[in-house]
Amino acid sequence: MNLEGKQQIWKDYQKDIADDRYYYARSCIRQTFFPGSEWAYLDILGNKLGKTVFDDPRHTTCTGIGYHSDVVPVETIMTVVARHFALMTEAGFENITPSCITSFGIYTEILHTWEQHPEWEEKTRDFLWKATKREFKKPKNLAHTSDVIYKFRNEIAAQKKYSLTDVHTGQPLRVVDHIGCHYAKMFPSKGIGGAEFPAVLSGMVNAWGGESIDYPERRHCCGFGFRNYLVMANRGFSVANSKKKFESMQPYEPDFIVTNCPGCAMFLDKWQYTISEMEGTTYGPNGYGIPVLTYEEMAALVLGYDPWEIGLQMHQVSVDPLLEKMGISYDPEAKYKNIRGENIGRPQCPTYLKV
Amino acid sequence: MSVIDSLKKDIHYIESLNSCMNCGVCTAICPAAEFYNYDPRIIADTVQRQDEESLEALLKSDTIWYCGECMSCKTRCPRGNTPGGIIMALRRASQEQGWFTESEKGRQQFALKRVLGTNILNYGYCITPDIVKPEMHPEQGLVWEWIYEHRDDVYERTHANYRHSGAGTLRKVDDDSLNELRQIFEVTGGSEFMEKIETYSLRKAEENGLDPESYFLQTYMANNGTHGEEKSNR
Repeated sequence: MNLEGKQQIWKDYQKDIADDRYYYARSCIRQTFFPGSEWAYLDILGNKLGKTVFDDPRHTTCTGIGYHSDVVPVETIMTVVARHFALMTEAGFENITPSCITSFGIYTEILHTWEQHPEWEEKTRDFLWKATKREFKKPKNLAHTSDVIYKFRNEIAAQKKYSLTDVHTGQPLRVVDHIGCHYAKMFPSKGIGGAEFPAVLSGMVNAWGGESIDYPERRHCCGFGFRNYLVMANRGFSVANSKKKFESMQPYEPDFIVTNCPGCAMFLDKWQYTISEMEGTTYGPNGYGIPVLTYEEMAALVLGYDPWEIGLQMHQVSVDPLLEKMGISYDPEAKYKNIRGENIGRPQCPTYLKV
Repeated sequence: MSVIDSLKKDIHYIESLNSCMNCGVCTAICPAAEFYNYDPRIIADTVQRQDEESLEALLKSDTIWYCGECMSCKTRCPRGNTPGGIIMALRRASQEQGWFTESEKGRQQFALKRVLGTNILNYGYCITPDIVKPEMHPEQGLVWEWIYEHRDDVYERTHANYRHSGAGTLRKVDDDSLNELRQIFEVTGGSEFMEKIETYSLRKAEENGLDPESYFLQTYMANNGTHGEEKSNR
């Protein structure tokens, strides 16, 4: 295959991403476990890149976790999403940017279904009118929030205070990524690089001085599986899938994992603790874990945000070794203090996992 | 209405099954097939054969509840099928008929309905910090225990608008928006569907001599340990 052919194929995996005026759709999981990531995203877009993002107080869950746990019917989720489109329309926006991969997959699926089956769109419009007296226009552009950061990765690079490099060796940090199943497995043409050539996160890594490392189970599910985590009896499924990924990436000695999906970020962080308690196994050097960052956290660190302001103290796997590697100036003593600088205790130490 | 007739009206079924050639690529890529006694190829094949007896047995079994809906199968199927989407249609049919209470994994729908239904309709989110109680989530670890205990402080430090109205992370969803959400559930059949799950489940609880709370805990925690075992019909 010649280069021209490859370039042609690559074109199929690009997508249009609006360059300003985004309606923001929050994530249930990201705001619970990584609230600093959502704040950092809005701050970067607004204050570093000069973009307009509308954070609408009337926005609710899309009900996606309920839908994929099969307790929320498709008619219902379509109408909840239609309400989001109505709120976007009423606010004068045309571009919608969900923070959640599950939501992104659902918005994509719903727009696809309406295109294939217009009667479902009509039915949804009727439901929405009956329930809320609202009407909507479909978004002109749907992009995940990571797509937006990817689009502006070079603008962020131009403002960076730190690189994804080891300041002690001068070598690029070795980064493994996990783009999340619902980003591109259902509709590959809607994700940058599709399901085969995950580029949305590795594009950021490369732009900010790091080295993206491929690993055999890069595309394997983190193991959320909705009901397979939410119900306590099923969590063996979830941890087993994450373990498969850790074992696959460990030989490549990654400096950190970067994730697209808020659920995946949570699982890849928390399951390292669980596995260490169950088996005594740790996946980083010297008894530490492999730090897990959301892409917003990665961008914020590069731009010089305070690690505790963006919530890195909320991670179970310690990120301190990574901050040291990057040469980030931070106050270790402030890690477990509140906003007034008062001590609020500190987490207990795990049995095996060093923190 | 026969099972197959009800499936043929389901948009997930319509979108997910074209013509399966039994190649098994879905099974090769499936995370659930790796850890459970589960084979999406057999799901597609069973549905395609349209045998009512087999379909009823499937809807009453644990089998349809193993899939994690990651949809890895959708990417790989050379015929454009999505076994994970077929599963969504089967699960809906099983719950409409009340057959989900016949299997351990199916009965878990009661726990999911109660947890997610409460969160969505009372808080406006599928997940909220208040309900991730450390005693029910030991896997969340020791940092989460600390966060949970000091959540007002930790969320304030990370710029959240926790428990307050207005914009921002973890904001309190206003009553008008919550009422719209509830109204959508009423109008679209979401409330009726959840009520069915509740009714069939409480009937099962009564059959087993359990009060609703004990039944909830049983569906949330029970695991008979046989779900990864091979069966002779694979």
